[in-house]
Amino acid sequence: MGKVKVRKGFQQARWNEPIIYEMSTPGQRAIYVPQPDEEIRVKAGDVLADLPVGMRRKELPNLPELSQKHVLMHYLHLSQETMGSNICHDISEGTCTMKYNPRINEELVSLPNFAELHPCQDEDTVQGIMEIYYKFEQIIKEISGMSRVTFQPGGGNAAVYTAASTVRAYWESKGELDKRNEIITTIFSHPCDAAAPHTAGFKVITLYPDKNGFPDIEALKAAVSEHTAAIFMTNPEDIGLFNPRVDEFVKIVHSVGGLCFYDQANANAFLGVARARDAGFDMCHFNVHKTFGTPHGGSGPANGAFCCSEELTKFLPVPTVEFDGAKYFLNYDRPESIGKVRDFMGTAGVIVRAYAWTMMMGPEGLRDCADASIINNNYMEKKMMEIPGLSSAFMGNGYRRQEQIRYSWEKLKRDTGIGTNEINNRVVDYGLPHYWTSHHPWEIPEPMTLEPCETYSKDDIDEYVETIKIIAKEAYEQPELVMAAPHKAASHKRNDEESLDDPEKWALTWKVYLRKHGKK
Amino acid sequence: MGIQLKKKLGLIVNPVAGMGGRVGLKGSDGAEILQKAIELGAQPESPQRAKHALEKLLTIKEDIELITYPYEMGAQEARDCGFDPVIIGTVESGKTTPQDTVKAARDLVEQKVDLILFAGGDGTARNIYDAIGDREVPVIGIPAGVKIHSAVYATNSRNAGEVALLYLQGKIKKLLDSEVMDIDEDAFREGRVTAKLYGYLKAPHEERLVQSLKSGRTEGEASALNSIADQVIEDMQANVLYIIGPGTTTRPIMQKLNLKFTLLGIDAILNKELVANDLTEKQLLDLIQGKKTKIVVTVIGGQGYIFGRGNQQLSPEVLRRVGKENIIVITPRNKLTALKGKPLLIDTGDYEVNSMLSGYYRIITGYEQTIMFKAE
Repeated sequence: MGKVKVRKGFQQARWNEPIIYEMSTPGQRAIYVPQPDEEIRVKAGDVLADLPVGMRRKELPNLPELSQKHVLMHYLHLSQETMGSNICHDISEGTCTMKYNPRINEELVSLPNFAELHPCQDEDTVQGIMEIYYKFEQIIKEISGMSRVTFQPGGGNAAVYTAASTVRAYWESKGELDKRNEIITTIFSHPCDAAAPHTAGFKVITLYPDKNGFPDIEALKAAVSEHTAAIFMTNPEDIGLFNPRVDEFVKIVHSVGGLCFYDQANANAFLGVARARDAGFDMCHFNVHKTFGTPHGGSGPANGAFCCSEELTKFLPVPTVEFDGAKYFLNYDRPESIGKVRDFMGTAGVIVRAYAWTMMMGPEGLRDCADASIINNNYMEKKMMEIPGLSSAFMGNGYRRQEQIRYSWEKLKRDTGIGTNEINNRVVDYGLPHYWTSHHPWEIPEPMTLEPCETYSKDDIDEYVETIKIIAKEAYEQPELVMAAPHKAASHKRNDEESLDDPEKWALTWKVYLRKHGKK
Repeated sequence: MGIQLKKKLGLIVNPVAGMGGRVGLKGSDGAEILQKAIELGAQPESPQRAKHALEKLLTIKEDIELITYPYEMGAQEARDCGFDPVIIGTVESGKTTPQDTVKAARDLVEQKVDLILFAGGDGTARNIYDAIGDREVPVIGIPAGVKIHSAVYATNSRNAGEVALLYLQGKIKKLLDSEVMDIDEDAFREGRVTAKLYGYLKAPHEERLVQSLKSGRTEGEASALNSIADQVIEDMQANVLYIIGPGTTTRPIMQKLNLKFTLLGIDAILNKELVANDLTEKQLLDLIQGKKTKIVVTVIGGQGYIFGRGNQQLSPEVLRRVGKENIIVITPRNKLTALKGKPLLIDTGDYEVNSMLSGYYRIITGYEQTIMFKAE
């Protein structure tokens, strides 16, 4: 254990940084823009004259007034108060596949040839990036077994929404949309597998797990009917179980004419091992930013890949990227397309990084990635299970876990009153990021979901487990210490337990804050 | 700055709750049974559980005024934990009765307590309900009895203490109607189960009570119930008789239709118009004769029953005639989560009907949202 470095002396910067609006002082400003020379001013004329009257502000915008130095200080403080994924072991963020992102790819994507492209440029001037899109599509086709791929969706949820829109277009084209109005999903599938189809106009039927934690196949049989439009299911689900009967699920849904969509946000478990199309699925997606090694988190930058079978390609969003043997071009001539799901062509920077990552890995490397992430997770599970007070979802069902596990602090909570929220507040005192509990509501009590991706070494995992072990011991021996955590982190606890539950209180912008809290 | 008044916490311990359970007596209500339990060697369960809950409140000991009844009805437990309680009322130690619980609850209401924390079982919850009635006095039950069907109880004694703590600290503010239920113990001991829904008491934030505390965010209870009602009403077919079961989950259906509703009983509607309120089994059998009928029910109490608890008017004969395909089960998702993988339960008292009704239900949990769930 020589290399295990539990960071007992960790201390994060705590600036108690105000919101930038609270720091505003009237009259302060960053820079004074110099007035143009008379000659230039005359030559330019009234530059605002062409701006339509309706677009002109009558009042100045309510922006904070600060000096440039204070703006810089503010954002440096904020950056010191975060726990980004590459600053520590982000094994914490289970389901998010927080693997190491090679720095060389950051260099690549910063090259002016990529960084200075504009999506409105003429096709002839962007042949390089179109080639990357085209070639990356061929790779993703091979990995999924599907016939076509679009990279337009701006993230995983957007890719799932693209699938829901495709299902709608499919049934509309058959004239059966009125009848085919139900989508089936499972309780441990990602919530977007219910939310996206619902937003697209479908009714949602959710399946609960059987005693082993797999979606209840008998419930599926009871749920399918002539109203079934499709099933949207994640596999392996976030509890870390790969459904060994997934092809039977597909057959049951196909037997009533429904389509099958495979949510592959957890694809790190089966890259190069299993393919959605081989299991019979009609559609699938990847979270390109997760599985293919690009930096993400905190709502960006993300990119979803939506993949479909030959039969459904006509519904793909426009444009598609095509190659005529000499030149790459964008094809808008697709009359049955669902249209656009996003402006332009997704997040190009993510595609460039992901393409570079995949080319570096090669086909064997992708398989190694899946193998290593599963070995890491199973090694970690074995060590974690030695920690008192800890168990895992459907423990002892005889099925090996995949690339992540949903643990449970239920016993610890019963023994000590300390549950997952308190443990979560304590991990940051050891320089580890706050971990992912579970989607809400918690089906597994006191959950903790961890995912030690392939890029973490044995020492990294040992360090992580050792830290959790110390905290569990603290919970039994010094509960008040854990109860009062965090002690060494930038931010403390929420003052108002219910503030995030109350739409009348939360505010995402200063303007909304002022309105909701009666300050304006 | 104004004077910060101390919060008042009322404590009631039913010292004999739970004594029948360990000795197989299915409840401890009634003097004779209690005597029998003691003869069989039963030990008091509730004082210890009450202490587990009280320990959670030690951190705010100085900020609250704990008011309770003498001896083992609260004073002893409070003192054992290090509190210095204000003691009111009189009881005879060793011979406390259900009437003492009623009296204690009444006295605490008079003292204008902010919250009543009580330890007991369904019988105790009923006594508290008898005293409080429809007054909005928040309560939390520490489960210590043999029968815990009432939803006013937390999942365990420590959780009860923690909910009380968070409520008194103002960190939980929402109060939800929670069922008070009790089964007829004489019938229960003879192998028949008849549970009655007695009424509702206000308990802090149900999601946190029924599962573990802070079990994550769900959509608000009110909005879930609203969207469930919208779905049921949208699905209603013309010329079909709808039998609406008891409970707060079915209530918004009637409210949205502007119809009079029996919270603890069975109502019937046809073409969105009221046919009758508070129907008996016999009236139901007459009413459904020759009519296409659907029954709307919800999960009653904390254990997951959809039939056989709190809605006995929906007798085996009524259910047999209506048929499983015409049963609509509605519940907010959190009630299913709280079952922790256990199925919904059916206990009509008729084996054949139970088996006919068992299997998967497509439960309405919101607007255009359903969950396939098994009932046994």
